[in-house]
Parts: sequence; structure tokens; C-alpha cells
Amino acid sequence: MRRRKGCTLAVELRSWKELPIGGVVPGGATPELNKTGSWRSQRPIWDSEKCIHCLMCWLHCPDDSIFIKDQKVTGIDYEHCKGCGVCAAVCPVDAIEMVPERGGAR
Amino acid sequence: MKKVMTGHKAVAEAMRQIEPDVVAVYPITPQSEIAEYYAQYVADGIVRTELVPVESEHSAMSACVGAAAAGARVITATASQGLALMVEILYIAASMRLPIVMALANRALSGPINIHCDHSDAYLARDSGAVQIFAESAQEAYDYMLMAQRIAEHKNVRLPVIVNLDGFTLTHSSQVVETLSDEVVKGFVGDYEPFYPLLDVDNPTVWGPFAMPDYYFELKRAQQAGMEAVPEVFLGVQGEYSKLSGRNYKGFFEAYKLDDAERVIVVMGSTAGTAKVVVNELREKGERVGLLKVWLWRPFPRKEIADALAGKKAVAIMDRAISFGNMGALYLDITSAFAGREGPVFVNYIYGLGGRDVPAEHIVQVFEGLKDAEPGELRYIGLRE
Repeated sequence: MRRRKGCTLAVELRSWKELPIGGVVPGGATPELNKTGSWRSQRPIWDSEKCIHCLMCWLHCPDDSIFIKDQKVTGIDYEHCKGCGVCAAVCPVDAIEMVPERGGAR
Repeated sequence: MKKVMTGHKAVAEAMRQIEPDVVAVYPITPQSEIAEYYAQYVADGIVRTELVPVESEHSAMSACVGAAAAGARVITATASQGLALMVEILYIAASMRLPIVMALANRALSGPINIHCDHSDAYLARDSGAVQIFAESAQEAYDYMLMAQRIAEHKNVRLPVIVNLDGFTLTHSSQVVETLSDEVVKGFVGDYEPFYPLLDVDNPTVWGPFAMPDYYFELKRAQQAGMEAVPEVFLGVQGEYSKLSGRNYKGFFEAYKLDDAERVIVVMGSTAGTAKVVVNELREKGERVGLLKVWLWRPFPRKEIADALAGKKAVAIMDRAISFGNMGALYLDITSAFAGREGPVFVNYIYGLGGRDVPAEHIVQVFEGLKDAEPGELRYIGLRE
């Protein structure tokens, strides 16, 4: 076994004999481990002043990247947000603005 | 109990006795009656199966994959274009190691469009990763539907299993079929134990994940291990089933008057029945002819078939489908099994395409043709030149 370097995930590359049957990943939650934020070219900026906490962004986000607490938006998960812009498009009060990423994900 | 029934009914009867959790199916000639019989069983409350009447075969196989991953025992059935539509998802079912059992009422692929029997549909799924078994009769279709359940679900196999039965010749003709009692069948197939069922919400899993170049190759090699486990499981299930049923299922193929035969026909499906009649007739005239009828086609029992054919003078390998641009697939399977080994003269016969009748005279001609065969010839039997 060897460790793959230069990747957001430190993955042990296993022999075919060690893989679970059918490529199943026991434990699930693989999207959480996969930091897809690095794919982003447009960054959503959330304006807490304008936000009315209707949760439309949270409902539509395909990557579960809108943080909420007690049914209120608290921020955006930039480690996983791919910058698709759906949140900005569905926001009824323009509280999310898409801005170009500079120098990749931060 | 002995009853007269069509191949459809024999398959539907096996399904009724297995009583899977889910049947997702779309009707297509010559498979439709299997779906119809089963829908009737569900409507009449004879079985507790969830019948999913989908809008296409692509959806049928997709529903089977979803249900099997959820932890259900699943059966489906199709033919020809229906299988063609399923193939995309069939590969996925095999890679996810889902034990989906399928009856395939063999029918020619379009075009030109045709509804009658040949094996081009089964050949299309040859490399899908599904186990493939060929039945000679309605009886064998019934028996192998039951055995397929056990083979598919064995912990070392966990693969889709296709039971092939010739469209119309077997599906629509009535034959005597001896069935087992419901109790015996239930005991034989047992309870299904799924692995990592999605409905086990306390133990979440990810199914069908993306695999990059760093893992795809390993996952495909691991899938091959499922195929490698089939032969031993197949023989074990046959042995157990033979004891229960009193019928003689032993081996990956049936050797019919093969031991001392000089000229041999290798064939799959219902044509083997015709070939047996011809073998008997020619034997009465003192000709040393025999038959090898393949039951298990995928995985291909290379060594066992090569051992059975070694020492023969001439062998006609009959393919009921053209593999365009090459010899027939069964011919290639068998001749490649002789690599580096002295073998008989092999001739490839393409026959019976699109439901072209295969009367006894044609089988006689094939045996006759083996007397002056050139090695590696590709011949067509029953074709107007």
C-alpha cells in the first residue's frame, strides 16, 4: 500500500482483494470527505443584512452547503460549495451575490 | 407434480414459488406472458410481491437495481430489444454485485425487426458480467430459475443470473413440466440475506460510487472474482437440486452419447432436443455421433469443455447468432480453450437466425458435413444460397 500525495484526501490505495463487495462504501458520508470546494470558479457571498431566512437557498443547494442553525442561515460551506449559483438564483431578496474566485478556493 | 404448461408458465410458476419481494418488468414478445402471469398472481393476492409496472426495460432494470440495493429479492424477465435497453443498467447491476435473476426469452435483435428466436440478445449481454445459463426445455427453464436464485445470491457470487429459454420454441409451446411443491421450493431457495441493504438506515452506505483510474481497475478485478466463484457454486446447487427433484443436473453441460463419439455437435438451447433425436437415429445406423449441450455459458467452463471434446475427430460448434466480422462467439470460446493443446477439427455453423426452423434434416447435414470438414470453416445451415 502507498499513500497518494498532493490530494485533498489522503487515501490508502488498496488491493482489489481488500475492497468491499460491489464497490460499496460502508459508513457512507463520502460527499463530506470529498472537498469539492476546490472546483469552484464563482463564489457565493451571503449578505446577512439582506437575508430574510426563507431557506430557499438551503432547500435548493445540491451540495448541502448552506449552513443553518435554528432555522436561520449562518453562512456558506466553502469546503463543499461548487459555485453553481443556484442559491443566488433562487434568493428572493438578492442576499447572495456570485463573485469570481481569484486564485482558487479559499 | 407433472403438468402440461408453456415455458412462460413454467417460469412464472417458479417465480410464484420463489415469491420475490420485487418484480419490475416490462412486457415484450415473446416474454410478455411471463409478466402477465405474474401480474395476475399479484392482482389475485397469491403472492405478496411488489410489482413495478415500469415504462421501459431501462427502467425495469433500474428499478431492479434500486430494489436489490435496498435489500430486496428481485426477479425480472425480458427479450431482444428489451434486453438491449436493459444492457446499460445490467452492467451496473453486475458491478454492484446485485443478485437479480432474469428470464430471457431469446429473440433476434432488430434489424430487420423480428420477433422469433435466436441468441443475438444473449450474445449482446455476453460481456455484461451476468451469469448466463441456457435451458433446453420448459422443464430446464423451471429448474434453472430456481437454481439461479441460489447461484445469484451465494455470498461468493452475488451477480445477476440470466436464464435463457428460446422464444416461441420454448416460451409458447406446451410441454410436460414436473414442478416441486411450494414448500420444497421455499426451503430450497431459503431466506435472502442482502449485504449492506440501503434500508438499514442505522448503517448507512454509499452504493455505486464514482471510481477514478486509481480504483476502477481494482473494482473490475474484484467483480471477476464473483464470476470465478460461480463454477463451484453452480455444481453445488445442481447437486442439491438434483437430490430434491430427482432429476439429473450434473456439470456445466450435458454430454449426450459423447464418450465414444467421433463427430460431435455443440449447441445451446432447444436445438439440443432436435440434435438428440438425430444422434439416436444416426447411432442406430452405427454412426459414432454425440452431442454436447452447454448449460453454463458465462462464466465459460473452458477446461471442462475442452477435456470433454479432446480426442474427438470433428466438432461442429453451432452459434445461433452472428458475431459480425468474426466466427461465432461459442466457436471462439471453445477453440480458444484449446490454445496450446491438440484438438479436433472445429467447424462453426451459424444457424436458426430470426426463428429460422431447425429441423432434424439440418442436424443430419451438420453431422454429414463433419466428414469432410476443413479446420476453421464458417458455414451457414438452413440458409438459401
